[in-house]
Amino acid sequence: MNQILQFLINALSLGGLYALMALGLALIYGILRLVNFAYGELVMVGGYSLLLLGAGAWPWIIVAALSVLMVIATSLLLERVAFRPVRHASPTTMLITSFAVSTLLQNAAILFISPRHKAVATPAFFTENMQIGELLISKSNLVSLVVSLALLGLLTLFLRRTILGNALRAAADDFVMTRLLGVRANQVIATAFAISGGLAGVVSLFWIGRLGSVVPFVGLTPVLIAFVAAVIGGLESLTGAVVGGYLLGFLTVGLQLLLPQVLLDYRQAFVFAIVILVLLFRPQGLIGGNYSAERV
Amino acid sequence: MLILENVHVRYGAIAALRGISLRVEKGEIVGLIGVNGAGKTTTLLTIAGVLKPAQGNIVFKGNSIVGQSPEDIVRQGIALVPEGRRIFPGLTVEENLRLGAAVRADRGAVQRDIEEMCTRFPILGKRFNQSGGTLSGGEQQQLAIARGLMSRPALLMLDEPSLGLAPILVEEIFELVAQLRETGVTLLLVEQNVQRTLEIADRAYLLSTGRVEFEGAAQELRMRVDLASAYLGGANWKS
Repeated sequence: MNQILQFLINALSLGGLYALMALGLALIYGILRLVNFAYGELVMVGGYSLLLLGAGAWPWIIVAALSVLMVIATSLLLERVAFRPVRHASPTTMLITSFAVSTLLQNAAILFISPRHKAVATPAFFTENMQIGELLISKSNLVSLVVSLALLGLLTLFLRRTILGNALRAAADDFVMTRLLGVRANQVIATAFAISGGLAGVVSLFWIGRLGSVVPFVGLTPVLIAFVAAVIGGLESLTGAVVGGYLLGFLTVGLQLLLPQVLLDYRQAFVFAIVILVLLFRPQGLIGGNYSAERV
Repeated sequence: MLILENVHVRYGAIAALRGISLRVEKGEIVGLIGVNGAGKTTTLLTIAGVLKPAQGNIVFKGNSIVGQSPEDIVRQGIALVPEGRRIFPGLTVEENLRLGAAVRADRGAVQRDIEEMCTRFPILGKRFNQSGGTLSGGEQQQLAIARGLMSRPALLMLDEPSLGLAPILVEEIFELVAQLRETGVTLLLVEQNVQRTLEIADRAYLLSTGRVEFEGAAQELRMRVDLASAYLGGANWKS
């Protein structure tokens, strides 16, 4: 029983982070048909913000909040200077643009900060455990579990209850029709980038917190995980991204428990083998959208 | 109210409209007929701002609207109910209607309009909280028209509202369109169903390969259709 509970908490915690990452990608993809590979660099920006702002004497929660704001600002800036000019270009052009932005940001970090790992101060709860009965739970897992569920809840409320949220969902269904109803394209897209940046910012808090350091290539793994999770769920569906994220979390933590010791090193290989199997049978993802090819 | 002057539109190297001129007066129902590929849908998309004309002018209520974005054009009072209905399948009927009023700030009046739509289209009231994707074709068409009306347009453009509907529903849609005139909205109607269109329209334009082939009172066009069917044996006039 305890083991099951332990597993659930770990899986929901990791899955929650994965779900937030996948959602950040799927939001942009739904509207622009752009897989934003610079998304990983948003996590990196969050990491360096934690590093630079953390050097002061501010309490961690302030540093964390400022870092998230930094990431949101970066995401909005990228939309304005990099993606808006190619919005009407082919999907390939946009994809290449996102790779270019990603490489540019990585190299800027190498050039202006350091190519090496830099230790980031993390609050105590990242290393502490909590004893509940016989259960030993890492506090950071519990926090990330709660934070991710809360964020998903808030986002759902926003998407369902506000006009702008409705417009965002509608734009993912049919962007041209949304514009025909008078919804401003720039407003919807900027909102999507802001939310996507906010999610990346929150993810970076936990991602960097777990690693304890930041390096220019730190965004590589998060963007890959986000992409895979979003594809399993179905890139066009926001629900799919969340389902894909949690599924990937459960798979990763589950295999950690189930695999014999000698095979543990190959855990990722098993995870991705299962991903391939899923996609063989459901190439459109678990919660596939309609194959509309329309863009802005 | 709406005047198109010598409007040319091209898709890359292909000319879709080759100098269309037409006018719609306030309170009229104007039909736009012609075979597939004649440029009917292109004309509506160009008026709505989705496509930009290569040449020519479009004047609405005395102002040129050429080059404006779809967002701005709908704010001036032109709404398009596009071909294939294009309701948002993932949004509920209510959310679809609410988004139709995206250009309006008067929340109270929007709420009253939503209630009025549910009275005028009872099926929308019944399906109020269902997602749009679960509606049948006829129900979706009613939702699409209701959504178009939510912006309180002066000019409503309908693109093939009867397409893909069962014959009994086609009849309902045409009755509905004819009734819309009483609400004071001006209508520009694109249709394949020439016979029914000419019965409810005041005037009509016959398009052929991107040009206006014939224009005139619907009555007059109807006689020509009858002649054509008499000679060619078809119900519709394919020129």
